[in-house]
Amino acid sequence: MKGAAGNGQQAAGGRAHCRLPAACCLLPDSALPGALALFLIAAFAGSSLVALATVGGSEPGAMPAAYLWQVARFTALEASLSALISCGLAVPVALALARRPRLPGRSLVLDLFLLPLALPQLVAVLGIAVVLGENGWLNRSLEVLGVPRHGSIYGLTGILIAHVFFNLPLAVRLLLAALERVPGESWRLAAELGLDGRAIWRVIERPIILETLPGIAGLVLMLCATSFTVVLTLGGGPAASTIEVAIYQALRFDFDPALALRLALLQLALAAGVLLLLGLIGRRPDLDAGLGNRTARPDLATGIDGDAILILAAAGFVALPILAVIAAGMASPLWRLLGEALLWRALATSLAIGAAAGLLAVMLAWPLIASAIRLASRARSRSASLLATAFELAAGATILLPPALLGAGLFLLLHRTGMLARAAPVVVVAASALFALPFVARVLAPALRAHIAATDRLATSLGIAGFDRLRLVDLPALRRPLVLAGLMGLLVSLGDLGVVALFGGEQLMTLPYLLLQRMGSYRSGDAAGLALVLLMLTLAISWSLARASREAGR
Amino acid sequence: MRRSLALACVVAAAFTRPAPAAETLTVLTYESFVAEWGPGPAIERAFEAECGCDLQWIAVGDGVQILNRLKLEGASATADIALGLDDNLIAEARATGLFAPHGQDATKLSLPIAWSDEIFLPYDWAHFAVVYDREKLKDPPTSLDALINGSHGAKIVLEDPRTSTPGLGFLIWMKAVYGDKAADAWRALKPKILTVAPGWSEAYGLFTKGEAAMVLSYTTSPAYHLIAEKSERYVALVFPEGHVLQVEVAARLRASQHAALAERFLAFMTGPGFQDAIPTGNWMFPAGRLSGALPPEFQALAKPEKTIGFTPDEVAANRRAWTAEWLEAFSR
Repeated sequence: MKGAAGNGQQAAGGRAHCRLPAACCLLPDSALPGALALFLIAAFAGSSLVALATVGGSEPGAMPAAYLWQVARFTALEASLSALISCGLAVPVALALARRPRLPGRSLVLDLFLLPLALPQLVAVLGIAVVLGENGWLNRSLEVLGVPRHGSIYGLTGILIAHVFFNLPLAVRLLLAALERVPGESWRLAAELGLDGRAIWRVIERPIILETLPGIAGLVLMLCATSFTVVLTLGGGPAASTIEVAIYQALRFDFDPALALRLALLQLALAAGVLLLLGLIGRRPDLDAGLGNRTARPDLATGIDGDAILILAAAGFVALPILAVIAAGMASPLWRLLGEALLWRALATSLAIGAAAGLLAVMLAWPLIASAIRLASRARSRSASLLATAFELAAGATILLPPALLGAGLFLLLHRTGMLARAAPVVVVAASALFALPFVARVLAPALRAHIAATDRLATSLGIAGFDRLRLVDLPALRRPLVLAGLMGLLVSLGDLGVVALFGGEQLMTLPYLLLQRMGSYRSGDAAGLALVLLMLTLAISWSLARASREAGR
Repeated sequence: MRRSLALACVVAAAFTRPAPAAETLTVLTYESFVAEWGPGPAIERAFEAECGCDLQWIAVGDGVQILNRLKLEGASATADIALGLDDNLIAEARATGLFAPHGQDATKLSLPIAWSDEIFLPYDWAHFAVVYDREKLKDPPTSLDALINGSHGAKIVLEDPRTSTPGLGFLIWMKAVYGDKAADAWRALKPKILTVAPGWSEAYGLFTKGEAAMVLSYTTSPAYHLIAEKSERYVALVFPEGHVLQVEVAARLRASQHAALAERFLAFMTGPGFQDAIPTGNWMFPAGRLSGALPPEFQALAKPEKTIGFTPDEVAANRRAWTAEWLEAFSR
């Protein structure tokens, strides 16, 4: 299980003692866990999409090529700009945070940066409109000051602002996690050599950034490419449409699953191409394992300096729309809402689905990434590196599955097998796990890489394998990344509207679904209160998990 | 592995329940209908008291998803009644061949138009209208032409016809008024559009946050604010060119195992037990009989004098072309 068993069963590289069916023997043992995870993902997604392909329309539909070309062009434009700005701004902020480990309020900022993950897109968009919109706080302040109003954000600007709001915090957290994994020995050496800021950047920080940034950029790219609500609500008009909109369009009034499937495959192919390209750019530095000593950096500072101001600015940008959501929530009939049994039931359901989905995502991502890393280290074998790429793609690309399409396919599958009522919760958890998988993979990948480089050979030579290895070697070392990964998976599933909406809410009423239901019946006040409850829940979860992991680390 | 499989079987078996004694009627409808603030709960209570049966709701996102779900299920559909399709979907719904005639007398319904369809039975209706914010706009446009070409200086939030029903409704409205000149009208309207939102919730959310002075909604929207919020801030505009009507219909499925009960439900649907819940539950005008009078706030609502539009067949045949025209007008 999880790659540990494979290496422990045999001498390095050999294929002896293979007790599994012949086909499995073709795979090196280190690839088996990854292959299993990949098979599960492919079977789940594939069976639902294949089921859809059998729903024949009378005439095969098609969208005008000019329209599709324009849509694809816009998708590429807004996704790449969003990724560029988000990641470009995230680098200095992450570096600043790494340099100021004892900044007052730092842990609050880090918790704040997890909040956009769990916010449903509609809530965030309205929050941004309240801050930066025509009737927003900024415009009203400018009017009071007698300064001319700022331009309308409805258009590409608004889309970019919203995407940066969602993705800058995510990128900062992922980069920071990588930066904080620098072995203490490196810092001690840097101090002894008297390296200044620029040298530290060149020798220590830049290689880490170059290793992790392409993966993060890929995730951000895909998140922005599949953006639906943000793009249409803030886009200003139909010129701002993504391929996701075209897929939704094909499934809406036209109801042409075959066309939607083709568009989804097109989207998948394009994104896979981009991911492969980014994978080529990302360099894998030779990692020196440390002994786990935590040494202070030599370039720490205190007081208000450029770093502190930068962190404050980033935190302010993320905090303002969230404050708008909080303000709207405080103005809502919060006490009446908290007295509704339905709200607590929805909260419990959201937590249950989120926790299960997060756990499942970690259990899928771990073998995939671990197998990919172990296979990639076999520089000689072409097939090994191909498999490694396949595993990495699987871990990164599942966010591209259009929820409407996946949901329709799953519904069809369940309906035909008569298992709809009983299997719906399981299916929702599995689908949520798939959408959370890329986030979890992004957290685990650098940590696993460092961990495997540090412990693989030693553990194998000591003969530690299987469950023992997991218990003694892997889990203690990977506790913090695992907790962060599971937390991200949980939060992403908390705010997810796409999957639950497919199976009807009577059985599986989650908090965002309840929110959407209220918004659709004029009850925007209720919806604001529910958004506040969701925010508080997210904060509570991140606080308690952060505290638990900090205490465990001591 | 084998142990966990056995465990899974036990868990699955634990979820099976014995069949209930009373007959069950399954109604497929949209989310906001069955919410506790919606009309669903009151209707369920009234019908179950009358028929001594069990009414089960299956809720999906909206009317379009009802039809799409039935298309996926095909002849093995589990629902007995589909409630919540709107009139623009009737042609496609009829083409699926999944529905059976309602068998009710539609002449007694109170709709702005005469209703002659044998399969689909209306239960509520409302006209699409531009709703404006009195605090932001002192001099609202008095006609569709004034909205498009006038110098009121205000912006409107519209919905996307590709992804939402009100969006499609406004598209039909423009075509009904401007016909072949609709493309020019769209281009003239473009600078006055704040944004084209994916659905009604997003558009109305932006509107109530004060982002724009006008939004495309229903003539009944102000009733919610009058009754629930005691606010007269939002008012619907009546345009002399006429308004497009949205009628919500229900139909029984041909494959239903409870045909008699389904017909009984459709008869119940036109009566007070169902219709009383509609005005303040669904925020639309009732199509059938109420036990009393319409709430005074509803009676005071702005009423369009003229109803314009196309037949469901015309809409089904032209929707793609009209949407393409709309896209083209915006891409330039």
